[in-house]
Amino acid sequence: MKMNRMRSMLFSPANNPKMYLKAPVFRPDCILFDLEDSVAFTEKDAARDLLCEAVKVLDFGSSDVCVRVNSLRTPFCEKDIKAIVPAGVRFIRLAMCESRDDVIQISQMLSEAEKESGVEEGSVKVQCSIETVKGVLNARETVTGSDRVVSLSFGAEDYTRSLGTKRTREGRELMYARMYLPVVAAERGISAIDTVYSAIEDAEGLKAEADMAANYGFTGKSCIHPNQIDVIHSAFMPTEEDVEHARKVMTALEDAKAKGEGVFVVDGKMVDEPVIQRARKVLMQIGE
Amino acid sequence: MKKGRRFFKNMLGRRVPEKANLFGEIEPYKKADKRHIKYITEDQEFSGKVVNNIREALEKAGIKDGMTISFHHHLRAGDYVLEMVMKEIAEMGIKNLTLCVSSLTAAHECLIDHIKNGVVTGIETSGIRGKLAEAISKDCILENAVIFRTHGGRARAIEQGDVVIDIAFVAASCCDNMGNMNGQTGKSAFGSMGYPMVDARYARRTIAITDNLAPYPVYPISIPQTLVDYVVVVDQIGDPEKIGTGSTRKSKDPVELAIAKYASQVIFASGLVKDGFSYQAGSGGISLSVAGYLVDYMKEHNVVGGFASGGVTSAMTEMLEKGYFRTLLDVQTFDAGAISSLRNNPNHLEMDASMYADPFAKDCVINNLDIMILSATEIDVNFNINVLTASNGVIMGALGGHPDTAAGAKLAIAVVPLTRKRIPIVVDEVINISTPGESVDVVVTEYGVAVNPRNPVLKEKLIEMGMPVFDITELRDKAYRLTGIPNKPKFGDTIVGIVEYRDGTVIDTIMNVL
Repeated sequence: MKMNRMRSMLFSPANNPKMYLKAPVFRPDCILFDLEDSVAFTEKDAARDLLCEAVKVLDFGSSDVCVRVNSLRTPFCEKDIKAIVPAGVRFIRLAMCESRDDVIQISQMLSEAEKESGVEEGSVKVQCSIETVKGVLNARETVTGSDRVVSLSFGAEDYTRSLGTKRTREGRELMYARMYLPVVAAERGISAIDTVYSAIEDAEGLKAEADMAANYGFTGKSCIHPNQIDVIHSAFMPTEEDVEHARKVMTALEDAKAKGEGVFVVDGKMVDEPVIQRARKVLMQIGE
Repeated sequence: MKKGRRFFKNMLGRRVPEKANLFGEIEPYKKADKRHIKYITEDQEFSGKVVNNIREALEKAGIKDGMTISFHHHLRAGDYVLEMVMKEIAEMGIKNLTLCVSSLTAAHECLIDHIKNGVVTGIETSGIRGKLAEAISKDCILENAVIFRTHGGRARAIEQGDVVIDIAFVAASCCDNMGNMNGQTGKSAFGSMGYPMVDARYARRTIAITDNLAPYPVYPISIPQTLVDYVVVVDQIGDPEKIGTGSTRKSKDPVELAIAKYASQVIFASGLVKDGFSYQAGSGGISLSVAGYLVDYMKEHNVVGGFASGGVTSAMTEMLEKGYFRTLLDVQTFDAGAISSLRNNPNHLEMDASMYADPFAKDCVINNLDIMILSATEIDVNFNINVLTASNGVIMGALGGHPDTAAGAKLAIAVVPLTRKRIPIVVDEVINISTPGESVDVVVTEYGVAVNPRNPVLKEKLIEMGMPVFDITELRDKAYRLTGIPNKPKFGDTIVGIVEYRDGTVIDTIMNVL
């Protein structure tokens, strides 16, 4: 699957009709319609129905659509999958994903749903939402559970609870997970999305945290308010020099391929596979 | 002097000729008309123009059936003056009056009864809202169609004699016994007197109504004693709570912020933001957010604007104080902070409606305006804007300075959400045209912008910048996809409103709603 840039994932409660219309306006890279925590138990069916109808008829502009489905340990997950695959959803975030088995189980569920609705098997991609201590420790193995896994995301609220600590503004309690998860993602060649910053009014705090996440190796960040998108995008935007270099690398790669050469040089330096991958990532981040 | 010319004696016994070359017929001196003080002579002391009450002022001004009387709306929803005066007039049994009011607000619902009782049979105004507007639109209570005029158009009509005001009523938060007045001090301060400054110049009689009679001479003088016939002192001219619109601040609504951001990008792309440029915007959240982006840009590029104009808010006076603009030109002051600025900052200037926007004046401020941010109730695919009637056809708004500023500004940008509460705002055809599309340069919505085809250079520039530029029909289609195509209101065959363009030509007709 071609990885679209995913600097921002904007949470949108799936039971809020207004957000289906307004979310694309703010141009997040991805709109994350949530069937999990932001929907009350009694509202799950109504939210799912609304989501499916909306996805069928609405245009989400430049934004990709992802759906956060309920955890496998709830009675809602299977219902979610059975409904949203035929409705056209092709990207899900699996809440409370803790192990390779979870990924295998959701993958099987998706295969069945794809088969039933005549969709090519494997079309629905998965983002593993790592939000427990167990999930963090198992992450390296978890993301190998299926080729459907194109991304992982970090959820700090449940993680701190499972760690038995409290969240702080500085986020020291998250340091281990924040350093480890991007490493896991980089090894697997998938994207890593940092947790939300919940102080909506604090743009400076958000900027500092997003800059730090980018520095750790995250490729994007979830957000809960449209006014956070611009700050997040700028944090995950490569510099002009990076973009220029990446374009040179890709042009040189095309030339080398045409000439049948395996090795080539850009700006006096030999280019190998990691440099090419880095260039691809940079161009992906700016939408090329 | 030729021989044989005839002389006669004046009252002082001096010889004066019957005719003189440059003089023509000569009128001989009769008396000095000196004012006498009772402690010096036995005459009654002259106490100025203060009369005992509104009734006495009305009688002295010669109020009678069929007259045209004027009011102004600077006291906004807090105005007591119109109601007080109309109550007296009704009790006097006067009928068939035409009201020439700069705008009508929620404070003026008393007019419903006065219209039904035949006291008022005509209204000429910039806008009407609330129950009064509904009663006119739906129940056709008014004998004659309302004439809607822009602020500039009203000044023009008064100056040209299209409207002859018999008696102008001017609310003054500060006035002396001779009629020198302003709106800047006193418990009911409201700021600029921009609209009645024109009324007082042309009205046959002018009556000042104040709740703050101050020692002579009151200053600053917005309307001078030379134009005032009577002064009435009342307990309260308005409700201070409702006179100010409250503190106005930048929006936090992400949709409004998205619109403001696009609008500011259009402004920067236009190249108009340079030293000495001029700017006007409304008092809504989007306009204030545009101003916020504008200030950031001016700071970064070291630009100082020449003037900002129109209705003034404290957000604008802060820009003045921080040196982003050299001057404010103020026709209507919206909040307490702005009133204080008008009183204290010499670079915050009061202007009358004629100087603001009269299209037939030798020049007016809006003709020097670079950038104007407009609001709209509806915009159609020909860029025509409606600010007067709702999507159900009922009158609910005001022309204000909208058509004036759109015509005068080099760049007029309409900022609107694509939909409001499931009603499309960009539509096929507006219910009524207030501002012709040819004077609207760009429409900005949260989904993207549409550029008037008259501005191909700007359109190209915005596309180059990577802005989401659409044909306006595409914006309409997006809106209709979200809301469906609205049913048109059902109109009757009674004309309830005539919409005048600023030059006095008629741009549209408002029919009654069934």
